[in-house]
Amino acid sequence: MSAHLTRRRVLAGAGALVVSFSSATQLLAQQPPAPQGEGAGNLPGSLKKSPFIDSWVRIDADGVTVFTGKAELGQGIKTALLQVAAEQLDVSFAAVKLVTADTARTANEEYTAGSQSMQESGTAIMHAAAQARAILVDEAARRFGVDVDQVKTEDGVAWAPDGRTLRYGELVSDQFLHVQAQPQSPLKDPATFKIVGRPQQRVDIPAKVTGGEAYVQDLRLPGMVHARVVRPPSYGAKLDAVDTAEVEKMPGVVKIVRDGNFLAVVAQREFQAVKAMRKLAAAARWHEEPRLPNQSDLAQAVLASPARDYAILDRRQPGVAAAKKLEATYTRPYQMHGSIGPSCAVARRDGETTTVWSHTQGVYPDRDAIAGMLRNTKENIRCIHVEGSGCYGHNGADDAAADAALTAQAVPGTPVRVQWMREQEHAWEPYGPAMVTKISAALDSSGTIVDWDFAVWSNTHSMRPGGAGALVAAQSLAQPFTPPEPKPIPQPAGGGDRNAIPPYHIASARVLHHFIPDMPVRVSALRALGGYMNVFTIESFMDELAAAAGADPVEFRLRHLDDKRARDVVTTAAERFGWSSFSRAAGRGRGFAFARYKNLAAYCAIAAEAEVDRETGRARLVRAVAAIDSGQAVNPNGIANQTEGAILQSASWTLYESVTFDDTRITSVDWSTYPILRFDAVPDSIEVHVINRPGQPFLGSGEAGQGPAAAAVANAVADATGHRFRDLPLTRRRIKQALGA
Amino acid sequence: MKLNVNGRDHDVDAEPDTPLLYVLRDHLELNGAKFGCGLGQCGACTVMIDDEAVFSCLTPILLLKGRRITTVEGLGSAGNPNPLQRAFIEEQAAQCGYCIAGMIMRAQALLKRNPSPSREDIRTALQPNLCRCGTHMRILRAVERAVGKRTAAAEGGR
Amino acid sequence: MLRKTLLIVIVIVVIAGGAAAALAWRPTIEPVPRPAAASFDPALVKRGGELAAIGDCATCHTAPGGRAFAGGLALPTPFGTIYSTNITPDEQTGIGAWSEEAFRRALWEGVDRGGRHLYPAFPYDHFTLIDERDVSALYAFLMTREPVTAPAPANKLPFPLNFRPLLAGWKLLFLHTGRFQPDPNQSAEWNRGAYLARGLAHCGACHTPRNAFGARKKDRAFAGGEAEGWTAYALDANSPAPTRWDAAALAFYLHNGWHRYHGVACGPMSEVIENLSTVQSEEVKAIATYMASVAGPGSDARRGKANAQARQANGPGVAIYAAACATCHDAGRPPPYGGIDLARSTGPSGPTARNVIDVILWGLPAQDEQRRPVMPGFAGTLKDRQLADLLAYVRARFSDKQPWTDVDKDIRDARAGGSRIYPAPSPPSAPAAPGREEARQ
Repeated sequence: MSAHLTRRRVLAGAGALVVSFSSATQLLAQQPPAPQGEGAGNLPGSLKKSPFIDSWVRIDADGVTVFTGKAELGQGIKTALLQVAAEQLDVSFAAVKLVTADTARTANEEYTAGSQSMQESGTAIMHAAAQARAILVDEAARRFGVDVDQVKTEDGVAWAPDGRTLRYGELVSDQFLHVQAQPQSPLKDPATFKIVGRPQQRVDIPAKVTGGEAYVQDLRLPGMVHARVVRPPSYGAKLDAVDTAEVEKMPGVVKIVRDGNFLAVVAQREFQAVKAMRKLAAAARWHEEPRLPNQSDLAQAVLASPARDYAILDRRQPGVAAAKKLEATYTRPYQMHGSIGPSCAVARRDGETTTVWSHTQGVYPDRDAIAGMLRNTKENIRCIHVEGSGCYGHNGADDAAADAALTAQAVPGTPVRVQWMREQEHAWEPYGPAMVTKISAALDSSGTIVDWDFAVWSNTHSMRPGGAGALVAAQSLAQPFTPPEPKPIPQPAGGGDRNAIPPYHIASARVLHHFIPDMPVRVSALRALGGYMNVFTIESFMDELAAAAGADPVEFRLRHLDDKRARDVVTTAAERFGWSSFSRAAGRGRGFAFARYKNLAAYCAIAAEAEVDRETGRARLVRAVAAIDSGQAVNPNGIANQTEGAILQSASWTLYESVTFDDTRITSVDWSTYPILRFDAVPDSIEVHVINRPGQPFLGSGEAGQGPAAAAVANAVADATGHRFRDLPLTRRRIKQALGA
Repeated sequence: MKLNVNGRDHDVDAEPDTPLLYVLRDHLELNGAKFGCGLGQCGACTVMIDDEAVFSCLTPILLLKGRRITTVEGLGSAGNPNPLQRAFIEEQAAQCGYCIAGMIMRAQALLKRNPSPSREDIRTALQPNLCRCGTHMRILRAVERAVGKRTAAAEGGR
Repeated sequence: MLRKTLLIVIVIVVIAGGAAAALAWRPTIEPVPRPAAASFDPALVKRGGELAAIGDCATCHTAPGGRAFAGGLALPTPFGTIYSTNITPDEQTGIGAWSEEAFRRALWEGVDRGGRHLYPAFPYDHFTLIDERDVSALYAFLMTREPVTAPAPANKLPFPLNFRPLLAGWKLLFLHTGRFQPDPNQSAEWNRGAYLARGLAHCGACHTPRNAFGARKKDRAFAGGEAEGWTAYALDANSPAPTRWDAAALAFYLHNGWHRYHGVACGPMSEVIENLSTVQSEEVKAIATYMASVAGPGSDARRGKANAQARQANGPGVAIYAAACATCHDAGRPPPYGGIDLARSTGPSGPTARNVIDVILWGLPAQDEQRRPVMPGFAGTLKDRQLADLLAYVRARFSDKQPWTDVDKDIRDARAGGSRIYPAPSPPSAPAAPGREEARQ
């Protein structure tokens, strides 16, 4: 147990500087050593970059406010973080206010992405809250005149043994918590948790079911006007001419903004803006060039693209004795986020500064990019996160923010609301890249995998942070910004190679990542990144190997899994599914899959039952049973919710989804041309079993289900039909064709 | 033009061809009905007109003289949700929540004409509404809970 | 005297009844053990599958949400409701115990294995044209399907129509058994098309008008009929289509379910095309060639593609169309996913408003997560008066015909009908959605 954390000790170590939050960067340069001689680099989670406790927790006479640089995406993070803070601070859940990502108020936690919010922000808040409580206790002890050990805290109140109390609000003084955190914290014993690990209802749901203000789409500022962008019909299209005369005369039209290929119209009322946009779009003449690959030959186009090769795992041994060898190729088309609410943002220019309200996953990087685009300084741009609909990664949010900021320059002092149309979100959001994977492996005579060779071809899975050049608006300007060079995300997280390294014990193995820089189709991060396709591949192939070994798919996986927590989710999912007692009804089959997201986040195993109608080729997920280990489970219902969602979303990708295009334009521009799962295809049941590991580090869970769900479905379809499908999506036509008569 | 929304008459100064969705959001500042596609394909804009679920994004107000318009705000409030809304809260039937108001209105219209729907009935009724987050199972459970087909005891993740 | 007359009448009735009974009686064909699926030549089975798609078997013999070919679909007829039977090879409730001879007799003569007459809702008056080789293929296909236990629900027919032997009389009057006879003056392709269209594909079952007995009017082949409340347009010289159908357009439409100069398939035709889209293009082309000849050269005014005349129309429907319909239908987005150009669509020119009413009220729903044209329904949005106003506008603006009559009744019928809502066909051009190339068809 570390020494008691006292404010005095911290201040003594830190040099007792009282500075405002915005000067924190200057402070880091003058960092004095912490008491135990450990630097800020040793601090847990996001405390590393924002070591001051009051970057995370502030207490004043009114109560407790917690700050996070992360954003609520619908994954329930607001609630989970409040739980963590309330637990460690010993205040009631309802007493804590939360401020989320805002470049003027919160720490820079980059993106709410990669399922890292609990690991980064949750950890920081947990420690900051625990240390804040310790500082309060120390102050209370001082005022009570008792030992620190004798002070109890409960519900925002410090208690002396003789019954005297002091509210937290009474203990604090100015800059009370403006001290650097210590590497160790007096964390509460998980066995005593009253809030963390309990099914706390989400704080945002009541407003969402009753029409309360909840989304950036609901933001209404005084004097706000409405804008619509006229987007080009294809990537790189040039605006030759547009006669704006008629549109300018339309009712309510305030302004038409044109800068190079960027074209937008601003109007008083929203529908006036929509009508003006339609007329403006009809009046615009574009020059387009065919530059898209051949859709029906996409896998070949991917394989033929110039690539940089990275061997991310290379312990292949020559001359491995094998009894059986198998190999297979798998393909994935472009797939889209398809956020149900097209992107939206509000921006207001006031003199030299511009404020942007956006549902971007990263307010800081988006702020930086917008500042670059406006040729202004970062300090003059403020970006505030307000919830949008689920984004599942890099969708149109950042670009809508840029559109709003750009348009707002033309009407200073007036808030401008930009709402993307459905067709614009479908056509302009960056997609999950098309990918090809090739895998070969060898089994020895005992049915153990002795050799493994995996290669994945993919574009980058992230074009962020990319500066101004990553913004569609900035690329459209008369003086355009060029898109940044795509870069691979390094291991262990990876991008196209996320989860390309198998979690299994295989002595001789090699994994190659063929990184393709050319991006004729706009791409970036889609939930799970390369993990979806790589896990789909590995887990489908594991079934093929199991069949060749004459082994049960679950038992075959356990044969090669050393990690106890991995084995636990596998056995739990299999047991709860009834794997060993499964009887195959006509047209049905079962499938199993396991992965640990990024090989370092949550463990997830899924057992699925699918049904295939041979006459129509239609495959349907009948039921799924999942087990997930997220470390210390803060909000188990939230984890279950995210996992159910991941399973259904992944089932939709896997069975139905591919972006379509001709030689020039994206043609998946609405839900009729890009159908997704509807209620007619929803399974009979989904069960999620959350394995809680009290006291263990938080493990990111929001994306853990995507890959295993895909493979579990594909394996179940293979089991039902006797036919292996390796090309996503598993459409009706493909299945019917493969099954023949 | 006069519109009756959630039991109250409103004088709305909008062009007759304005879709109801924009009048609800822009003029009456109601948040429930949402813009999801404007094409009648996703149902995020679903409201009830005389007890039938419609896409407000494609309903010009010129058609709505003398009709009764109900939005999710007319069913209940955060402090006083109606049984269906309460069921959604109890089931935590939302992830991003953007589709939920539309789902609730579509389900409410179903319950008006069929107070005891089967799960199959609910699925069929909700077919016009999309959910991208994959909250479908909870949405189904919430509607079933609202009609008393589920109790708090019937838990277990199903 | 009276007694003698009575006696003669009784004798005549008895003889006539005996003759009728003799006529109506058909022997039972002995049941056979279900043939093993492996005993059928896979090529024959595949051929049978294609033929079954052309014959649209699955559409009638599958209930909504039911197993394929297991029957149970309710078919409304003017005489009552008939339920389709289970034609999976289930021995108890399907045709698993049927020999090929029994199967053939059902197709050619409308008699089941037990000797009972089948209602001509099963169009054996068309299937009698199918040649023996194709019957074998169909038999091979059906016998290799998944057997499903599903007894057909009892038909809902009033007395005496539920007395099957009466059908013998119907057949005597209206059924002409016999195989298809090719026309030596026509091409092989035309003959192939005629063989399929008149026989297996049974186009006339919907597209030919029927008499009071429910039999096709032989002298008015393809002059227009109805199916489940939908108008099946005339395909002969009486076709109301604003643009004449030619063989190329028909072939494209029958395969894809849309054509830029004709619109999108709606109603029961949508299911026909979902099946045809899986069939080899030569067969579809043959049907198109034959049907184009049925359509005839047409009048000059309707020849050619560029035929959308700009017309004026007034009335309260103008504002309704402009506000509720134009955003999709006048947006210029290429077919089939854009709202179709109504000036091209046959609907506004149809003999009654019924088809247009059904599409407006119920739309073309998204279904099965397949790419297909979708349209929302306006049943809750439009009151009957508003719908009638809109229909009057659509008729005036997009057709050169007289105003529809009975619109109010048709609206009431459509609302009350509980009609099935049909999605549009899913174009088979996978994986790409049609871009500008296909839109130029």
